[in-house]
Amino acid sequence: MNQLKLETEGDTHIVVKRRFDAPPEAVYRAHLDPELLREWLLGPDGWTMPVCINEAKPGGKFRYEWSNGKGGGFYITGEIVSLEPPRRIVHVERMHLPDPTPDNHVETTFAADGSGTLMVMRMTLPDEKTRAAMLASGMDRGMEASYARFERVWAAKGAR
Amino acid sequence: MTAQPSLDATFSALSDATRRAILARLAQGEATVSELAEPFAISQPAFSRHIKVLVDAGLILKRVEGTKRPCRLAAGGLSALDEYLERLRQAFDQNYRRLDRLLKNPPARKDRSP
Repeated sequence: MNQLKLETEGDTHIVVKRRFDAPPEAVYRAHLDPELLREWLLGPDGWTMPVCINEAKPGGKFRYEWSNGKGGGFYITGEIVSLEPPRRIVHVERMHLPDPTPDNHVETTFAADGSGTLMVMRMTLPDEKTRAAMLASGMDRGMEASYARFERVWAAKGAR
Repeated sequence: MTAQPSLDATFSALSDATRRAILARLAQGEATVSELAEPFAISQPAFSRHIKVLVDAGLILKRVEGTKRPCRLAAGGLSALDEYLERLRQAFDQNYRRLDRLLKNPPARKDRSP
């Protein structure tokens, strides 16, 4: 029942849903506390997070750096927009490859679900050029969806 | 990781607004290089480079017909991308499985609010 769902929504959104067998307070904290984040926000085996800073307050900044231990690495920077413990985190992030990707606006909600938590992470990609080009052409939505997902997911390469 | 160069090529090909517009136009059907270039106020050599990037990334196919260079979308040009997405879906999944374990066995330390 805790199966991950990753899907596109509309033209610029990506939605990740996942249930956890822990109360919202715990899941919420695991998304903000650097000590906890570096335990799980790692992606494929072999990656570590040597730098994990999260000011965890509205207006606060965060920075996550990942390394594969073989010279490969990248980082994400972001700002916390608002916090409503333990039910909602809104933040903006971008990936540095090293050039920054367009800002990704992320809203994460944690709703009590029995003794667990249903997490919904909704990402909004502001790539209007892409969107405009696709809408103007009536292009197959699947391709846009692939691109939008790819962009986001690339930003999380080895990281999420 | 034989797919890696192709994924890199796909990603950099898609990272440019002009090239995305070219793909959007080709999604409507075949067009020649000069037809594709029409809406863009860029030099012919610069435009040719965009076409070359898309061809090299396996996203479009170009052929020669006399003086014309018709292009079309390559079927399966994004399949590497789809595979990559699947791998990343798995990466998300791995993260959340780790989080499951962490939530089950929280590290022993002083509690503090984030």
